Amino acid sequence: MPLLDRNGHREDRWTRSEGAAIGNIPAALVPWEVLVEALDTQEPEQVIGVLIPNNISFAELAPFLPRLALVAIAFPAYGDGRGFSLARQIRRAGFAGEIRASGPLIADQFAYALSCGFDTIELPEASAARQPVPQWLNAKDSFSATYQRGYGESGRNVLDQRRAARAAALNAAE
Amino acid sequence: MYRYDEFDERFVRERVAQFTDQVARRLDGSLTEDEFKPLRLKNGVYLQLHAYMLRIAVPYGTLNSRQLRQLALIGERYDRGYGHFTTRQNLQFNWPKLRDVPAILGLLADVEMHCIQTSGNCIRNVTADHFAGVAQDEIEDPRPTAELIRQWSSAHPEFSYLPRKFKIAVTGAEADRAVIKAHDIGLRLRRHPDTHETCYEISVGGGLGRTPMIGKVVRDYLPKKDLLAYLEAIMRVYNLEGRRDNKYKARVKILVHEIGAEEFTRRVEAEFALLDGPSINADPEEAARIAAYFAPPRYETLPAVSNTLEAAKAANPAFARWVEVNTAPHKVPGYAALTISLKPIGQAPGDATSEQMRLVADLAERYSFDELRVTHAQNLVLPHVRQRDLFAIWHQLGEAGLASANVGLVTDIISCPGLDYCALATARSIPIAQAIQSRFADEARQREIGPLGIKISGCINACGHHHVGHIGILGLEKRGIESYQITLGGDDTENAAIGEILGPGLAAEEVPDAIERIVSVYLAARSEGESFIDNVRRIGLAPFKAAFQETARAAA
Repeated sequence: MPLLDRNGHREDRWTRSEGAAIGNIPAALVPWEVLVEALDTQEPEQVIGVLIPNNISFAELAPFLPRLALVAIAFPAYGDGRGFSLARQIRRAGFAGEIRASGPLIADQFAYALSCGFDTIELPEASAARQPVPQWLNAKDSFSATYQRGYGESGRNVLDQRRAARAAALNAAE
Repeated sequence: MYRYDEFDERFVRERVAQFTDQVARRLDGSLTEDEFKPLRLKNGVYLQLHAYMLRIAVPYGTLNSRQLRQLALIGERYDRGYGHFTTRQNLQFNWPKLRDVPAILGLLADVEMHCIQTSGNCIRNVTADHFAGVAQDEIEDPRPTAELIRQWSSAHPEFSYLPRKFKIAVTGAEADRAVIKAHDIGLRLRRHPDTHETCYEISVGGGLGRTPMIGKVVRDYLPKKDLLAYLEAIMRVYNLEGRRDNKYKARVKILVHEIGAEEFTRRVEAEFALLDGPSINADPEEAARIAAYFAPPRYETLPAVSNTLEAAKAANPAFARWVEVNTAPHKVPGYAALTISLKPIGQAPGDATSEQMRLVADLAERYSFDELRVTHAQNLVLPHVRQRDLFAIWHQLGEAGLASANVGLVTDIISCPGLDYCALATARSIPIAQAIQSRFADEARQREIGPLGIKISGCINACGHHHVGHIGILGLEKRGIESYQITLGGDDTENAAIGEILGPGLAAEEVPDAIERIVSVYLAARSEGESFIDNVRRIGLAPFKAAFQETARAAA
């Protein structure tokens, strides 16, 4: 399925496995239901990622994070925003691997997804065919600044920018 | 009032450009209709029965004259010369053409206005006490809080695809004029008894619709500086755990109800404890920057009682009655907060023509420090009027048909647009309101009855807030015929309560009689000075039910 990151199209190095048998797949993306089993057979050079449904709690996932290189969160529909909060919680826990949104998202959600901690968007063919990559890159930059502190690149939010402006004004006055 | 800085200005312009691009992507097939619909709703564009409707945000109900004049212009140029003020302090235009929407958004942006998040499953326009900043019982002005929340909730990366819509209201007074207990989150500014610091009391899970609930207090005293982090905690719990299997069970009130207020609070507090406040909250300097915009205007030093006013009242009883009914005390001596009724007998509640808007704008500019408010009761307020100017204002309002002396009385009816406009409605609302108004048109009789809030919704979604009306009227459709269910005992104040159903549904033409009978029970049973709602509380529903049954029997 087509994959995007903040720079545009990205090749997918991950291979999906239906069951727990990950054999000699170097980067195996396994369903949540078989994660424990797959981790049991993990070879030293192998990396494992998991595709989670968006209705599991962060607490259920947390114990596995140190052994994962990718967490893909399913978006069953684009209007189902649970994945945004899950990604936030996963990043807050210090997870440094890839977080992927997997489902029929729309270009207007790209900036939100990146701000919440996602790195990549994996789209169904039909969604990707309707919404070419330039639309995503364009939509990503719809807003030059946002109102929320703590989401996305620091300094890109209004609260930080107003703080910086106050500091600059204070320096100029001294 | 708040003025945009360069960021706010650019944000709104970028939102207009984004919406224009979204429309283009819909037209070229990049977006399906299902994908586009939530995007259009988040910009206030509804497809209604006969036409598109555009809902314009009036943050916490505050406007200046320039903004109201611009709304008048839009109404004239792109609608049919009028607009409709809503129970969420917003303004709706009922007849704009879709192709004109970008132009309208541009005109709005010119006066620091927008349609952002006036619909859709996101945090909606924040509402507040319409007497904010002037009420005598106020501890602190709620508008800086509401503005901070407006900014924080705009295009929120995490909370723009919630299970359902989400409404926040703020009050800073003892008396609740913002119906905070019927909101997803209700905030009340209050002083901590020990530290005397101003804090927030936070209620969650109120709401009307098909499952009316009164909000539950989850935090008695939240320090002001922690507001955004606490809101983030509430929203995260809701976003993750709110039901998405059934849109009728998706509001936060259902989550709070199903897991219990205690468990909900525990989850919010657990999430809040994990948050790093300073990396989320607004700096105290930012809060102060916003608050400075709401500093009181330069009031004159005036005597508490205006001799000019007293003389005019003595000479003109009709004026005196209007002053008594439509003005509220102001915290500054010699001033009054004036409510302009948009409920003249026989008109659609909350409607104002472009000419009327211009007149009110002129009056606000001349007599009220250029400020006015929209109330959730669908009226307008001139918040800072010198008492001695009231007579001149009354004259000018009278010429425009806006001097009805009925604020808070039986004809000051709250009503949704109903089946005359709305695609969701199951029955008409406006004609019912008009019929009741005609029945009680006599002003002396209205004053004799005293404060009485009738609220009408044309469907179970309860936009007319019927559950919290002293008398609530809900229009339903039964086997192709409109049927009106009457509730009694609702309350939209700090004593918030959900009304109870009196009996079987009535036909439209029977409703005024039923109201008449209910009122008669009250008039016969009330003690000296006892208001309608106090009387209902004291004597209970039984006598009203009995009288109501007679109406139902008489009709059968």
